Amino acid sequence: MALLELQGVRGGYGEADILNGVDLRVEEGEIVVVIGPNGAGKSTAMKAVFGLVRVREGRIRFDGREITNLPPERLVPLGLSYVPQERNVFPSLTVQENLEMGAYVRRDDFRPELEEVFALFPALAERRDQRVGTMSGGERQMVAIGRALMTKPRLLLLDEPTAGLSPKFTALIFERIRAINARGVSVLMVEQNAREALSFADRAYVLVGGANRFEDHGPAVLAHPEIAELFLGG
Amino acid sequence: MELGGLASFLVFFLTLAGIYAIMTLGLNVQWGFSGQFNIGIAGFWAVGSYAAAILTTPESPYHLGGFAWPMLPSALFAAALSALIALLIGLICVNLRTDYLAIATIGIGEIIRLVLKNEEWLTNGVRGIPAIPRPFSGYGRDVQALLFLALVVAAIIVVHALLERARRSPWGRVQRAIRDNEAAARASGKNVLRFRLEAFVLGAAIMGFGGALYAHFAGFISPEAFDPLFATFLVWVMLIAGGSGNNRGAILGAFAIWALWSGTQFLTAYLPIEWAARGGALRVLLVGLLLQVILISRPEGLLPERPPRPIAGRARRP
Amino acid sequence: MLIDLLQLTIFGLVVGGIFALGAVGVSMLFGILRFANFAHGDMMTLGGYFALVVVGPLALPMWIAFPVALAATAAVAVVIDRLLFRRLRRTAPVILLISSFGLALILRSIIQIVWGPENVVYWTEITLPWRFGGLRIRPDHLVMLAVTVTLVVLLHLFLTRTRMGKAMRAMADDPDLARVTGIDTERVIAWTWIIGGALAAAAGIFLAVDTRLNPLLGWNTLLPVFAAALLGGIGKPYGAIAGGFLLGIVSEVSTLFLEPVYKPAVAFALIVLVLVYRPTGIFGGR
Repeated sequence: MALLELQGVRGGYGEADILNGVDLRVEEGEIVVVIGPNGAGKSTAMKAVFGLVRVREGRIRFDGREITNLPPERLVPLGLSYVPQERNVFPSLTVQENLEMGAYVRRDDFRPELEEVFALFPALAERRDQRVGTMSGGERQMVAIGRALMTKPRLLLLDEPTAGLSPKFTALIFERIRAINARGVSVLMVEQNAREALSFADRAYVLVGGANRFEDHGPAVLAHPEIAELFLGG
Repeated sequence: MELGGLASFLVFFLTLAGIYAIMTLGLNVQWGFSGQFNIGIAGFWAVGSYAAAILTTPESPYHLGGFAWPMLPSALFAAALSALIALLIGLICVNLRTDYLAIATIGIGEIIRLVLKNEEWLTNGVRGIPAIPRPFSGYGRDVQALLFLALVVAAIIVVHALLERARRSPWGRVQRAIRDNEAAARASGKNVLRFRLEAFVLGAAIMGFGGALYAHFAGFISPEAFDPLFATFLVWVMLIAGGSGNNRGAILGAFAIWALWSGTQFLTAYLPIEWAARGGALRVLLVGLLLQVILISRPEGLLPERPPRPIAGRARRP
Repeated sequence: MLIDLLQLTIFGLVVGGIFALGAVGVSMLFGILRFANFAHGDMMTLGGYFALVVVGPLALPMWIAFPVALAATAAVAVVIDRLLFRRLRRTAPVILLISSFGLALILRSIIQIVWGPENVVYWTEITLPWRFGGLRIRPDHLVMLAVTVTLVVLLHLFLTRTRMGKAMRAMADDPDLARVTGIDTERVIAWTWIIGGALAAAAGIFLAVDTRLNPLLGWNTLLPVFAAALLGGIGKPYGAIAGGFLLGIVSEVSTLFLEPVYKPAVAFALIVLVLVYRPTGIFGGR
């Protein structure tokens, strides 16, 4: 049984459907990447999982249980965490406070997780008390991901985690994501920097027009000539 | 001709309701057409009333007067003055987002009220201006009342026709476009500021005109004679209840809410004597609760806004 | 002249503290619920009358009445949110605005029904002001200032040291992200009403001590309270406090060259200036 499963999902904002029958699967321990052209519905699919977009038809299951259209506050305690592409940190709060908010739903001692995040992102450890709004894009992304890890999620949903970052930070973030995965967190990731992401993804989906176009292991998708030409931009 | 007690009351009721209807139509231009939130209605009302009073009352040592204008020109002047004040304020405030405009318009209402209360050379302060002439004064009292009612009804018909035409015109379409999606309207090159200012000023002019009618109806005005805040609140409830964006809704709302308000007066008449003083507050409470119920259950009002048929009935060629 | 200026500054601090307490609540509510609460003034009045109940019929001292009134007003605020504003959460912000305007009248009419329209005072003894040089300072003004400062400090501690306080700041930053993070937004909203209501009550009581209690007390102060919140940058509690004190001092000092009755005009002029030239407030806000 897959950790996360989408079956025939259709939905969108308001009247028009953006998703036209998406099937997707994340097995425990995998890194799954979703790529595709702009407007293909990649981000929308992720939001549909996290209850931010209405699913009209189809089902979403997490660990065997039905989570279709459940609101975000019900999903976080179940073990899902989501990092949006934009506006993914609280700018007027410090690094430490952002992470504490990540642990809001937890009633137990979360200091071990706090230290783990600082171990994962040492640059943040030095700036615990700095307001995140004053930090660079790369540092903010680290805070955003760190925040999502505070609930010890089983599945991490990342929406374009390296968007707008320098090559140095992009490489760093990808490397950290692999480290997170190595600790047992499954990852579903939408990415525009497809080339790099596919090189370490266990599996990848190509979404076009809100529906599945192609699916295979990460490197295989990368090596596919047609895909490379159409979606990876040379 | 003599009217019985009930008929006489009915005429009184309908006339005042009619004046409120004109106010509500004015608010509909500002809010319904153009999405501008004005809580300073009482200010424009007061300006209209005082302008008409000052222009038509005889010379007095207590306040500005003695111009002896006839009533219609003075009412038009009242409208123009109200429009001018709205223009000045609008130039400063009209591009504010809704909440901020609301706050600013409270201030406007407040300042107008302060000026009217304190500039005694102009308005006689809290003592008010009495003896405002009533039209048709040559006739007997009941005939006069009926004629005044007819005048108010005529005014409603004229204003309504004017606003319906405005609503269905290209001007009205642009107003709605700005109201619903300002960014898009701006992007397509519309001068948003100008359109909003026009709606704000037109609405204020109508309110000023209504204020003038009120002055002649009441015969006496003072800053407290009509609780300014209450006037503002009541007009808002009328528009929301009747249907904002809809001119007929505005009129309907005015009559319906005024009927309700007058109806509550009968209810409170049955209260024991000690409660009589609280009666007014009880009535406000009921109307306030009614507003909440409407907002929760049917915020579009009795007559929701309908998309207009174009003025020119030509069929478009595909 | 200097003595006058100092004296007016003292008055300005007192009245500014009142504005500040009101403005903090309005600002926080705006930051989290995204609408201007036009009923805030009447919540201030309500707090004043709750204190009257304790000081009058129950004949208890003010230092008991004060926390009781704050708690009672906070409770009323939460209940109102549950009954009314919660049902309007998904509607356009203007509907909330209109609703709060109606709520203001509802609260005011209830107050008038229960207590009547006349002016009332908490106590009839007049305490003589202390004199320092040419300055007169009323002891109750000093107490008010001290309590105001205490409340501000408590608020600061709440916002920076408690889980709920940080969640409130987070939600003011970004309500969508707060949901995604799993923060219980309804609880945060409830706490915002508790704090807003309590501080409004404090402002109302101080206002009543400074002048007299009557049903219009709060509504007449709404304009300066909004002005202070806008000055400080809407959504920023610390800005609102600074804005309140600043507005208080400017209002009072303005009487050196303006008729005192036109003090509200000062608030209005400030509002207009801020909205036109610096809509994000002096300190930059939303």
